[in-house]
Amino acid sequence: MLKRKIGKIALGFAAAFSASAALATFAQARDLTVVSWGGAYQDAQKKVYFEPFKKTAGVAMNDESWDGGVGVLRAKVQGGAATWDLVQVESDELAVGCEEGLFEKLDYSKIGGEAAYIPPSVNPCGVGAILYDFVLGYDKDKLKEAPKGWADFFDTKKIPGKRALRQGPKTTLEIALMADGVAPKDVYKVLATDEGVDRAFKKLDTIKGDLVWWKAGAQPPQLLASGEVAMTSVYNGRIDTANKNEKKNFGMVWDGALFTLDSWVILKGSPNKDAAYKFLDFAGKAENQSKLSENIAYGTSNKDAAGLIQPAVLKDLPTAPDNIKNAVEINVAFWLENIDRLTERFNKWAAK
Amino acid sequence: MTDALLTGANASTDVPLKRRLRRAERTRQVKALALVLPLLVFLLFTFAGPIAGMLWRAIDDREVRQALPQTVAALASWDGKDLPDEKAYAALASDIVAARAAGTIAIAAKRLNYALNGFRTILTSTARNLKTVPEPGTAKETLGKINPAWRERTTWTTIKDAGGPVTGFYLLAALDLTRNVDGAIVAAPPDQAIYRDVFARTFLISLGVTALCLILGFPVAYLLATLPPGRSNLLMIFVLLPFWTSLLVRTCAWIVLLQSNGVVNDSLHWLGIIDAPLRLIYNRFGVCVAMTHVLLPFMILPLYSSMKAISPAYMRAAASLGAPPLTAFLRIYLPQTLPGIGAGSLLVFILALGYYITPALVGGAADQMISYFIALYTTETANWGLASALGAVLLLATILLALVYGKLVQGQQVTGGMKN
Repeated sequence: MLKRKIGKIALGFAAAFSASAALATFAQARDLTVVSWGGAYQDAQKKVYFEPFKKTAGVAMNDESWDGGVGVLRAKVQGGAATWDLVQVESDELAVGCEEGLFEKLDYSKIGGEAAYIPPSVNPCGVGAILYDFVLGYDKDKLKEAPKGWADFFDTKKIPGKRALRQGPKTTLEIALMADGVAPKDVYKVLATDEGVDRAFKKLDTIKGDLVWWKAGAQPPQLLASGEVAMTSVYNGRIDTANKNEKKNFGMVWDGALFTLDSWVILKGSPNKDAAYKFLDFAGKAENQSKLSENIAYGTSNKDAAGLIQPAVLKDLPTAPDNIKNAVEINVAFWLENIDRLTERFNKWAAK
Repeated sequence: MTDALLTGANASTDVPLKRRLRRAERTRQVKALALVLPLLVFLLFTFAGPIAGMLWRAIDDREVRQALPQTVAALASWDGKDLPDEKAYAALASDIVAARAAGTIAIAAKRLNYALNGFRTILTSTARNLKTVPEPGTAKETLGKINPAWRERTTWTTIKDAGGPVTGFYLLAALDLTRNVDGAIVAAPPDQAIYRDVFARTFLISLGVTALCLILGFPVAYLLATLPPGRSNLLMIFVLLPFWTSLLVRTCAWIVLLQSNGVVNDSLHWLGIIDAPLRLIYNRFGVCVAMTHVLLPFMILPLYSSMKAISPAYMRAAASLGAPPLTAFLRIYLPQTLPGIGAGSLLVFILALGYYITPALVGGAADQMISYFIALYTTETANWGLASALGAVLLLATILLALVYGKLVQGQQVTGGMKN
C-alpha cells in the first residue's frame, strides 16, 4: 500500500519535473523581447517600429517597459535568466553597463554601418535610439509673461509661483549654474570645481521654499496642468504630447536645454541575437525613424532621418539647428564620477 | 478473573510508561514538523537566503582584489607611512595593463571612487596612457608622470583599504563614518554625512504615523466592537476598503485632494477660510496623512479583535461598584486592550519603516525615508555595497525594537494582563 503511494508520489514528481524542464526549454526558445520606457513614447514605438517589424520581418516579438536603473540590468544578467533581449537605456546606464560587461558588443555591419548614424549615437555597446532634452516647460494659459530661460525660472518676483525640478543633483546643478549666468558650454568646467558646486547650491537656496521635486517623467505635465507649479524642467516630448493629445497650451524654452541620448543595447547572452540585429537594422533606417519623430517630438540617430521629416515637425525637434544651438549635452563621465557624492550632498542640502 | 486483569496490566509494563509517552510525543513532533516543513523550506529560500545574501554584500569587498591582484598582494606588507616601494608600482602597472585587457578596470575604478572621489578618472586615464608594462625599475617614475595622484599617500592607502576580501567600509558609511589616511575611524565629511539623519527621520515619521493611527483607530475599533453585528459589518467594510484598493491609487488620490488647486484647498477657499492655498503636499504633512490612511486598517483590526473579547460585564461591574466612567475606562477597559494596542502599533510601525512609494510621491526632497536611498543605490547607481549596508542597519534596528517590544509585553497574555 505504502509502496504504491510512494510510487504515485514519485510519478507526480517526475511529471512535475519534466513539465518544469519543458517550461525551461520553452523559456530558452522565447520570442524576442524589446524593453522601452513606456507611456506615450512606447505607444509611438509600437506604431512605427514594433508592429511593422513583426509584419515585414515575420519575427515574433513582444515588448515590455521599465523605469531604468543599471542595477536592474545587472541583476538580470548576473541572475543568469535574462528575460529581455533588447533594452533602451540612458547614457549613464550605457556607459556603466558597457564597463561591467552587461551588453553584447555591437556589430555595426549588421545594422547599416557606423557611417549611417550621427557620431554621438555610435557606441561599441549600443546604438542611439533617440535624442531628447530637459527643457523649461510652462503653461501659456497661466503665465502672463513667458519665461526666457533658467534665469527667469529662479526669479520669483518676475514670475511668482512654485517650480519643479527632477529630484537629485543631476540636471538640477547644471540648471542652477546656467541661471546664475554660466554659459551652457562652460557648465561642466565650473561644476568640476568645489566652488562651482557651492555656487550651484547657493543659487538653489534662493528659491528653496518654492521648489517641488518630481521623480517620474509623467509628473511635470501633471504638475503644470493642475497649476501646482508655474514652471518645471520636463522632457520635451511630454510637453508636445500633452499639447497634441490633451489640448494643453504648454510652452517650452530651448535655450539652455540639457540634451542626452537613449540607446538600444543587446543584453549579454541573449538567445535572440539574430532577431535583435534584425530589429535594430529596421529601427535604424532613416524612413522608419522619420515616422517616429512625426509621432513624438524626439530627435533620432540616423543621419538621413531629418531630411525626410516635414519642416513643420522638424522645428519642434531637439535636433533642429536652432534648438540645439544653445543646448548642453549631459556629461556622462562627470556624473559617473560624482553621482554618489553629489547625491549625498543634495540630500543634505534638501534636509536643512 | 483478577489474575487475567493483572496479567493484562502487566502485559504492557515491559515498555515503561515514560518511554511510551516520549515515543508518542516524538511522533507528534515529527508530524508537526512535517506539516510546517514546506513553509519552512519556502521561507529559507525566499526570505532567509536573500537576507543572508544582503548582509554578505554589505561586507563583501573583492572587486579591487580581483582586478588588481598583484597590487593588493604587494601592499599587504606596506606599512602605509610613506609611499610604497618600486615593487608595488611595478605590480600596479602590470595589473592595470592586464585589467584593461580583461575589462575589469572599470569595476575596480568604481569601487575605489566610492572611497576617494576622482579615483575613477585617475585609474581610467592611467589605463589609457599606459600602453605597455614599463621597464623594470621605472614604474614609479612612469606612473607619477602619467598622473601625479600616484605620488600621493592617500591614493595608495585607498587601494590598500579596498583590498578586501571583506570590509567595514560600507557599514561605516551607512553610519556616517569613514577611515582616515591612518586607518582611524572618524566622522564622514559634513556634506556627505546624511544617513544618521535619514534613519532618525525614518523612525520619527514611523512613530508619528503609528501615533496618528492609534488616535484615529482606537475610537473606530471601539465602535466596531460595540455596535450590533449588522451595522458593525457595514462599518467593517469601510475599514477594509483601503485594503482592496492599490497603494498607488490611494497615494495618487491624496495628491488630487491635497494639491494647491485640489479639493481641500478649493473648498477652504470657497468657504472663505483661507486666501492663499495651504501647502498640504510635497512636505512632511502630506507624507504623514497619506501613510496614516494607508496603514490605518493594520491598527484597527488588532484593536478590534482585542476589544471584541472584552465582556461588557466588566464595565457594568465597575459602574455598580461606584467607579465614574473615566476611571472605569482607564482602570478596567484600557488595560484589557493593551495587547491589541501593542500588536497594532508594532505592525504599523514596522510596516511604516520600509515605506517607499508614498513618501516618494507625496513627500518633498527632505521627507525621503531610508528605503528611498536603498532603492536609489540598488537600481540607479548600482552601489550594492552601500545599499546592503543601509538595509543591514535598518534590519538590525527593527529587530532591536521588536525585542524591546517583546520584553515590554512579556507576561501580558491575551486576557489583557488580567491574571486570573
